[in-house]
Amino acid sequence: MLVKQISVFLENKSGRLADVTRTLADNNINICAMSIADTTDFGILRLIVNKPEDAERFLSEQQFTVSCTSVIAIGVEDKPGGLAKALDILHDNGISIEYMYAFVGKTGNEAFVILRVENPETAIETLLKSGIEILPSDKIYCA
Amino acid sequence: MSCWNQTYECMSREEMRKVQSERLIKTVKRVYENVPTYRKKMQEKGILPGDIKSVDDLKNLPFTYKQDLRDTYPYGLFAVPMSEIVRVHASSGTTGKKTVVGYTKNDLDVWSEVIARTFTAAGAGKDSFLQVSYGYGLFTGGLGAHYGGEKLGATVIPTSSGNTKLQLSIMQDFGTTHIACTPSYALYLAEEMEELGIKRSDLKLQAGIFGAEPWSESMRQEIQDRLKIKAFDIYGLSEVIGPGVAFECDYQNGMHIPEDHFIPEIIDPDTGEVLPEGSKGEIVFTTITKEGLPLIRYRTRDLSSLNYDKCECGRTAVRMSKVTGRTDDMLIIRGVNVFPSQVESVLLSIGETAPHYMLVVDRKDNLDTLEIQVEITPSLFSDEVKKLEDVEKKISKEINSTLGISAKIKLVEPKTIQRSEGKAKRVIDKRVIY
Repeated sequence: MLVKQISVFLENKSGRLADVTRTLADNNINICAMSIADTTDFGILRLIVNKPEDAERFLSEQQFTVSCTSVIAIGVEDKPGGLAKALDILHDNGISIEYMYAFVGKTGNEAFVILRVENPETAIETLLKSGIEILPSDKIYCA
Repeated sequence: MSCWNQTYECMSREEMRKVQSERLIKTVKRVYENVPTYRKKMQEKGILPGDIKSVDDLKNLPFTYKQDLRDTYPYGLFAVPMSEIVRVHASSGTTGKKTVVGYTKNDLDVWSEVIARTFTAAGAGKDSFLQVSYGYGLFTGGLGAHYGGEKLGATVIPTSSGNTKLQLSIMQDFGTTHIACTPSYALYLAEEMEELGIKRSDLKLQAGIFGAEPWSESMRQEIQDRLKIKAFDIYGLSEVIGPGVAFECDYQNGMHIPEDHFIPEIIDPDTGEVLPEGSKGEIVFTTITKEGLPLIRYRTRDLSSLNYDKCECGRTAVRMSKVTGRTDDMLIIRGVNVFPSQVESVLLSIGETAPHYMLVVDRKDNLDTLEIQVEITPSLFSDEVKKLEDVEKKISKEINSTLGISAKIKLVEPKTIQRSEGKAKRVIDKRVIY
């Protein structure tokens, strides 16, 4: 039920992000979603791609510091309150979110939210019980 | 111009050689009999104490290295029983091991004597108010200057380091005429004075005795202009005695060495050969009056040169030039000795393997800054910002507790730190000092 996310360490200097995307493009890897967490000196680029294992390997070969993390993907209704419902459930169950980011799915009726929590198994169970849709990899990974 | 000790500071070169020869012979005998390391070193060179008949024979004696102090940590090179040692000091050593130095009562007298000479050369006397803003503690700066000031008969104000606002108000209220601190702290004081609106006319400051870190002529000018005082350079290292191993006189043209206590030589750092007068090389000291920790031909790793010409001030004591560099990779950052290897051992203690790193030293607003760039490794990397920031904090904290200085830690990408063939380049020193 978990989705693989690729994280890349990036120093804050121009061209580094382009280097990552070029590496992925050259290897025919498609980016489905991304987010950057940044500090003064460095950033962490988080990517959902169609071929995470390949992405990890190719980026490592290019000397990037890469890690692969399991994250949860949920689908929420693309309307006001859609996300609030899911987050309330997590909050009520004492599950805190390390970070998250959202993107809109191809059909447009649904928004996809990537969540990183400390204990994904418990979170999935809790969310499922409350009727939140957990998305498997094949629904998240683009072609 | 006045001297604290006219006899020794102004004696003829010939007389000085006689004094040195006598004292050297005694010292060599003392270390041979009491310090196994020296006995072994001399035996290896086939030298007996009786072979040393004058200062001319100094060049035949073995060198002493910082490593000898580390190998015999803490008291192994002491030449008297611990019952005669009345004080110890220590300098920050590599990988947590400090270099410990010990003083007998007589050694403290010698130390106070050379500091009294130092302050006298800087125009201080028994009517002076001397504020000692060097740190008090294991570091030799504070207590060394303190007792020398008392011997001089000045009124010593032991403020120690830090708490700048308090230092300034004491300076105003107590009528400080002389201050002893690091040159960078002197400039910081000047800035704070301007900030707090303290007028120069509120102060009685006449001169400052500045050391414990390298500083330039332009920095001297700046201190003199901004604080409206005369700025004197002082040199020392704890192994030889502490501050007071050399000091400037009114002419500010090289630092006089109290040669009746410490004999300097300039050697080629690679071959160990003594270089002709005036040459630039590594300065080496032999202590000839110290009892607790006498050192024979101690390799300072500092580059300097010696000038034996009689000074305009009347002193005949040899003058050493400002230290223009090091023969090893030691850095002096805000008065603290830092070896890149210390940083390496901290990094090793945090990660599974030591990552590549670089020390970037700079001087901003007249204060030294240290940035340590550390290449991220897969084991240190995390997808969470919080965890990476924790890594930075942890390194910073460890550096602070090991080295005693604060450093900004900057995580960088792998393979971004310059690689070099052979000896790794670990330091970028952007400070303009010389």
